[in-house]
Amino acid sequence: MKRRKLEFLGASWLFWVGAIAIYAVVQVLFSTNVITDYMKTVIQLGCVMTIVSLGLNLIYGFNGQFSLGQWGFYAIGAYASADITYRYAAKVSIPLNLGFATFDVGKIAIFLVAILFGALLAGVIAYLFGLPVLKLGSDYFGIATLGFTIVVKVLADNSDTILPFPEMKGARGMVGIPRLTTWFWSFFLLVLCILILRNILHSTTGRAIVSVRENEIAAKAMGIDTVKYKTLSFVIGGIYAGLAGGIYAHLYAFLHPSLFHFIKSFDPMIIIVFGGLGSITGTIVAAFAWAFSLEGLRIILPSGAEAWRYIIYPVALLLIMLLRPQGLLGGIEWGFLKPIQWPRRKIDTGAPTVETATQEAV
Amino acid sequence: MGPLLQVERCTKYFGGLRAVCNFDITVNEGQLAGLIGPNGAGKTTVFNMITGLYTVTDGDILFDGKSIVGMQPHAIAQLGISRTFQNIRLFPNLTVLDNVRTAYHTHAGYGIRDAIFRTPHFWRKEKELTERAQEFLAVFNLADRQDEIAKNLPYGEQRRLEIARALATNPRLLLLDEPAAGMNPKEVVNLMDLIHFIRDKFSLTILLIEHQMRVVMGICEEITVMDFGEVIARGTPAEIQNDPRVIEAYLGRGTAARLGGVRYAS
Repeated sequence: MKRRKLEFLGASWLFWVGAIAIYAVVQVLFSTNVITDYMKTVIQLGCVMTIVSLGLNLIYGFNGQFSLGQWGFYAIGAYASADITYRYAAKVSIPLNLGFATFDVGKIAIFLVAILFGALLAGVIAYLFGLPVLKLGSDYFGIATLGFTIVVKVLADNSDTILPFPEMKGARGMVGIPRLTTWFWSFFLLVLCILILRNILHSTTGRAIVSVRENEIAAKAMGIDTVKYKTLSFVIGGIYAGLAGGIYAHLYAFLHPSLFHFIKSFDPMIIIVFGGLGSITGTIVAAFAWAFSLEGLRIILPSGAEAWRYIIYPVALLLIMLLRPQGLLGGIEWGFLKPIQWPRRKIDTGAPTVETATQEAV
Repeated sequence: MGPLLQVERCTKYFGGLRAVCNFDITVNEGQLAGLIGPNGAGKTTVFNMITGLYTVTDGDILFDGKSIVGMQPHAIAQLGISRTFQNIRLFPNLTVLDNVRTAYHTHAGYGIRDAIFRTPHFWRKEKELTERAQEFLAVFNLADRQDEIAKNLPYGEQRRLEIARALATNPRLLLLDEPAAGMNPKEVVNLMDLIHFIRDKFSLTILLIEHQMRVVMGICEEITVMDFGEVIARGTPAEIQNDPRVIEAYLGRGTAARLGGVRYAS
């Protein structure tokens, strides 16, 4: 394998040029109003859902732990980061004029600190929750994580009474969150999340994570601390959900507990099953398809017809399960998401082969 | 050479069922020992106790002089005990190469930080690790198969892959649970040569469970025979072959008496 110099996170300069080009083209389409503001939000919602679902795919698709807790961590990230920007964003303003555009460096810094805090808080809670619960068997783990999502939703309902956060306004919904999520942040945070997940998976850590799904007993016998890697993937998945929550909160600038209802926790589950368990590409495609069909059908179909979505989704899922049990893109990855290819080598070890086996008298 | 593994008066109960009772075995460094017995004698239970998958009800297990009773399976594996399974337990959806590379995990030499940023250290270690894995595959004549999905391999190759994977953990003691099960006679002869070869190449100590008598009799230096959870005989293959209690355990008392002094294995 030749050493590549110009790369970041294992992606070549060509990849980054391509990513910047995609960002720029879409940005131009936004500024020229070719893509409406509404569709802009939908595209960013696709980014958010991709990040949540990638986290869940790590937990369920790669590590094999059936979790319905992803939505709870999403809620934690959303509320925690929104609370920080709600309190401090208005107080900090450091405008930076670059001639062609003005950036508020202070607000951007607060935004980044807030969403990183939300992500880390979700990660810490995932760790504390995962320690006892990951010891349970798979089905019980699913039930426990479902319970977690319900608890988080109830806490959000009562955030102004039993929790000391009157600004979250409990069941009335949190308003006044600054709208700080831009296409730039949605897109590049998504790219970072994809690359980091890819790099983890195609390393010895990733192989240890996948071995737990493949055969836990064999993994233990090979010296792999399965509890450690279950916890690790649960925490990373939680961090992804928390980060996505933070982006979401500053995209819609409004949070309501009903958004975090446990029924919604099946959305990322549907996305990863539809796209393919253990497929990063499938998750990306399915998450964007989900965002576009959820919001896009609202535009295309006549009013009142969007109720049909709840018939189309289950039927589509059923068809996928029957016709392609591995998911739409299970086993398929785009070029840059493929494992590192290593050349085969001819090695002569001098080991006996079937042809050279001694014909002992037996 | 001194003893590497000492199992002392080990007993295992499953509820009221006594699976293994007062089991003793000592395997010296570099030895190739065999464990045989009829179905249900408790052989695999002994393996599961040594590797920590089962907790020991009573008794002690010493590896290199230190007790390993109560340790986690992965910690025991990291000490240098590796194994294969009677019912093959590969990582079925991973490639052949990844099966072996996964077992190399504890010796990978880089952490998650190196992996995320794909540092030069990551590339260097990953290359080293992959080349090591390819060497293990070459030993087992699986080098051409490295990109195949493990579950698609024929049975005999899956068995060989499982041994290759066990070796990748860099063990001192290798436990083989029926390595020749389901192999044709030609493959069995090859396997026997391979076991000798890897023992010398990787300076291993090997304890194996086997049903095919010609494997056990052909390669083991010392054989322990179990029946109903207890040791009923121990000795060299020649001694075991003529032990009346062993013949009785395998063939039943009546048949054993009818056969008289007929030699057991042919």
